[in-house]
Amino acid sequence: MRSRPAAALLPLVGLAAFFALWEAVPRLGLVNPAFLPPPSVLPEAFLRELRSGQWLAAVTGSLGHYLAGLALGVGLGIAAGTLTGMSRTAEGLTAWVVRVLRPVPGLAWVPFAIIWFGVSPEAALFIVAIGVFWIVYFASHGAIRGVDRDLIELAAAFGFRSAPERLVTVVWPAAMPGILVGVRTAIGQAWMAVVAAEIFGVAGLGQRMMQASTLLATDIVVVYMLTMALLYGVFDAGFTALQRWILRWRA
Amino acid sequence: MAGLIAIQGLALTFTRDGSRTTVLSNLDLDIEPGEFLAIVGASGVGKSTLLRVIADLVAPSAGTVSVSAPEPGRRAVALVFQDSRLLPWRRVLDNVAFGLEKLRLARAERRRRALAALARVGLAELAARWPFQLSGGQRQRVSLARALAVEPHVLLMDEPFSALDALTRESLQDELARLCRASGQTVLFVTHDIEEAVYLADRVVVLAGSPGQIVAAHRIAAAQPRDRAAPELKAMVQVIREELVGAGGAAAEARDAR
Repeated sequence: MRSRPAAALLPLVGLAAFFALWEAVPRLGLVNPAFLPPPSVLPEAFLRELRSGQWLAAVTGSLGHYLAGLALGVGLGIAAGTLTGMSRTAEGLTAWVVRVLRPVPGLAWVPFAIIWFGVSPEAALFIVAIGVFWIVYFASHGAIRGVDRDLIELAAAFGFRSAPERLVTVVWPAAMPGILVGVRTAIGQAWMAVVAAEIFGVAGLGQRMMQASTLLATDIVVVYMLTMALLYGVFDAGFTALQRWILRWRA
Repeated sequence: MAGLIAIQGLALTFTRDGSRTTVLSNLDLDIEPGEFLAIVGASGVGKSTLLRVIADLVAPSAGTVSVSAPEPGRRAVALVFQDSRLLPWRRVLDNVAFGLEKLRLARAERRRRALAALARVGLAELAARWPFQLSGGQRQRVSLARALAVEPHVLLMDEPFSALDALTRESLQDELARLCRASGQTVLFVTHDIEEAVYLADRVVVLAGSPGQIVAAHRIAAAQPRDRAAPELKAMVQVIREELVGAGGAAAEARDAR
């Protein structure tokens, strides 16, 4: 039997052990500290980045690509998924196009992103948007297709008979839980796409990491890795709270 | 005065997987203002389908259904389903207001009418609840309030109490009877429960056979409120039961002969 406080402490103990091991490995000379900086050097590296203004610039740059790309990809994904989920004609027309385009990995669009937009924020935005589009598209399509026919009959019985009326009164609200699951996955995927796009030179966290790594400033690389983990954690926790509030009508 | 709903020569045929099924044939029915009309019949005889034709959710294959046009701010008919079919993402009051949103009413007016409808079914204090917080009987009351809120010429009820436990069912039957007595609401009530039909209705129409046809109609003269144990009601239940059994037997024979 383990008491409640002890169970709550367990993750902290695990984390402390993880950092201790990480600290020990380079300090004992098992790995060259230039290849694996111990965590104790990170606060100082972080302060250096912060004072020079690089950290804030990188974070704002990445957040810009992230939020704009996410908004675009989620918006288009919901719109397209709604259309093909509501209309058999639209679903039929797009069936093979989807089958051809869906397997293309998001990062395979990088060459075109650079050809079309150059090494620019627009290119990063494009990569992020493509990276999340399919996730949201399939989540929305499935959720809308799965809406209970009885609810659509109810809407019709009270006079909501046109497609837009059905959409707003019952289809979207009923599909909301499934759509939000897709959006939450997209929030994670979009971070990967941001970093990938920036590694090709668009200003932001990924680009700053690449610069640091070519100078073998591995402590700075780790600072940005942890920054990404933190930002993702904040967005995911924020969205989960929002999701819980939107779906508060569920038992 | 003309009936609120007039049905003549109604037939309905479904085509599914290439085979044609006739659900209703040659059906004539009129509903007079203020009457409580019950249709009894076995499952699958086409009772629910008939309500859906009247509510313009299913198109008839033949015949005419004319429904008196409603004044602004009302609907000709409103349907109460067997399952309460509340929208789980709307609070109780917003569920009741659902149909009002189509009627081009001001927000304050919608709210006033939804609250009034909710009060008529005795649930005003639950206005801010979510559907998942309600019991089965409460959910069905909210569903009734949603239909009453649009002030329909005819309230269409599709076995509305059949999914409830016996005690809740009886209390909702009494409440419906009281409501209709107080307001003169016209009701078309579909059920397979003969006691329920006889207890509530001014007129009971017996639907039987395959395809479903009207095999009998009875006026129930007993005054409201009624006594469930009254001998005249018991006798009427027995008469209707025999009509249903007889028609069912005849239909089965007709099927076997084919």
